[in-house]
Amino acid sequence: MDGVIELQLWQMAAAYVFVVLLLFIVKVKGISREKEILIASVRMTVQLVLVGYVLVYLFNHMHPLSTIIVIAIMEAFAIHNIFKRVKKPLSKPLKKMIAVSMLLGTLTCLTYFLFVVIRISPWYDPRYFIPIAGMIIGNSMTGVSLGVSRLVDGMHAEKHLIESSLMLGATPKIAAKGVVDNAFDAAILPTINTMVGMGIVFLPGMMTGQILSGISPITAIEYQIAIMLGILGSVALTVIFFVQLGFKTFFNEENQLIIED
Amino acid sequence: MFEIHDVAYKDILHVKHLTIKKGNVTSIVGQSGSGKTTLLRLLNRIISYDQGEILFHGQPLHRVDPIALRRQVVMLPQNPAIYNGNIRDNLLIGLKFSEKPMVADDSLYKILKLMKLKKELKENTDKLSGGEKQRVALGRILLMEPEVLLLDEPSSALDESTEQLIIEVLVQYTKSNGKTMVMVTHSKKIAGQFSDEIVEIIKDQPVNQREGV
Ligand SMILES: Nc1ncnc2c1ncn2[C@@H]1O[C@H](COP(=O)(O)OP(=O)(O)O)[C@@H](O)[C@H]1O
Ligand SMILES: [Mg+2]
Repeated sequence: MDGVIELQLWQMAAAYVFVVLLLFIVKVKGISREKEILIASVRMTVQLVLVGYVLVYLFNHMHPLSTIIVIAIMEAFAIHNIFKRVKKPLSKPLKKMIAVSMLLGTLTCLTYFLFVVIRISPWYDPRYFIPIAGMIIGNSMTGVSLGVSRLVDGMHAEKHLIESSLMLGATPKIAAKGVVDNAFDAAILPTINTMVGMGIVFLPGMMTGQILSGISPITAIEYQIAIMLGILGSVALTVIFFVQLGFKTFFNEENQLIIED
Repeated sequence: MFEIHDVAYKDILHVKHLTIKKGNVTSIVGQSGSGKTTLLRLLNRIISYDQGEILFHGQPLHRVDPIALRRQVVMLPQNPAIYNGNIRDNLLIGLKFSEKPMVADDSLYKILKLMKLKKELKENTDKLSGGEKQRVALGRILLMEPEVLLLDEPSSALDESTEQLIIEVLVQYTKSNGKTMVMVTHSKKIAGQFSDEIVEIIKDQPVNQREGV
């Protein structure tokens, strides 16, 4: 890895000039956001430094259990984050379906990606497992959050139409089809847009990091393409699991719509 | 067709005894908020009763598959749903939902004529008036040829003369095809003119049955 410029402490410190600049601007403009900016900067720094040390530790003490624990924490955090992000009351069965679809979708994709596409060995190698899991889980989380919002909103907004369809003998699946399709569409659109803009509008963080740390751009791009496809697959899979399982929670076993006003 | 025994739904509706006979036109009248819509929703099983029993062809309603029931006992809600698309789509959607065979355009034009609508099938529904939408929704139900038509204020968006014409068509359709019709109406005139049976629902009072005109 020769040619990599190791950042000295003072160089890192110099980067904080941007924060100082921002603080100065909001002060002059009279926008009271100093506290948030400071907290965000401190949190970002502390969290990343901690993660750095954790990763170093994990890479030096490879163990299947520690990899599994890290993935479990990531999943739990992602699922909890979806519950928090969606500003709607979620029913218990719906929360359950969010968790089930996240686990099912991300783990299926992760398994395929690590063991069929990249073929890592040993299977729990944290150097591959953890960052790739992070990307797959993180992007799926964003997709499912969008899908949940759209599904819940849609079911409420189209309540009358859905019920009218049931009255004509439609199955819940057919009655909710429009809402379900919309939710799926909204959830995967950002990922598709990202792919379209990839390399032109922006270089993804992972690739930038790899190139900066000395890896050949071609290798970095190969990984990036593979990861992007993995992300697409996982977002699509988690979202499709979610909408297919999720819409059913709005109906009871008598095929009646159960939405509290 | 339907026999209702001592059925209650929350504090909203209580029916001690009510029989809806096959081939009859039954009108449900009563003040707004008295539970008329609730009664139709119970018969279509879009909601379930808390106690008592409703028999359909002598069978308890909760034993009948809800989707199969709704394909035979179709309900037109108070504000009929209009789906994105043109008049043809909207007429055919009932057949699609209930998995019945589609029909050709000439049958659809016959239905439009029956509903006194001088419209093209390819016309978009978003420009239709409230009364026209209501008649498209009625036509959609007639196409499905269900055993029982549950109509919640089917003429609420129609002027008086159109109301007369349309209700007459619906009653004629019911009679000549051996169907059964249950209609909620706030017009005692319409109820008296067209019904075999009138059921009045009085708020907070168990439903009783009396003969119509
Ligand atoms: N699901 C429900 N939960 C609580 N109250 C309801 C529900 N459905 C209807 N109601 C209330 O029950 C009463 C009867 O409603 P409805 O059957 O629509 O009356 P009508 O059709 O005779 O005007 C109304 O006061 C209505 O607000
Ligand atoms: Mg009503």
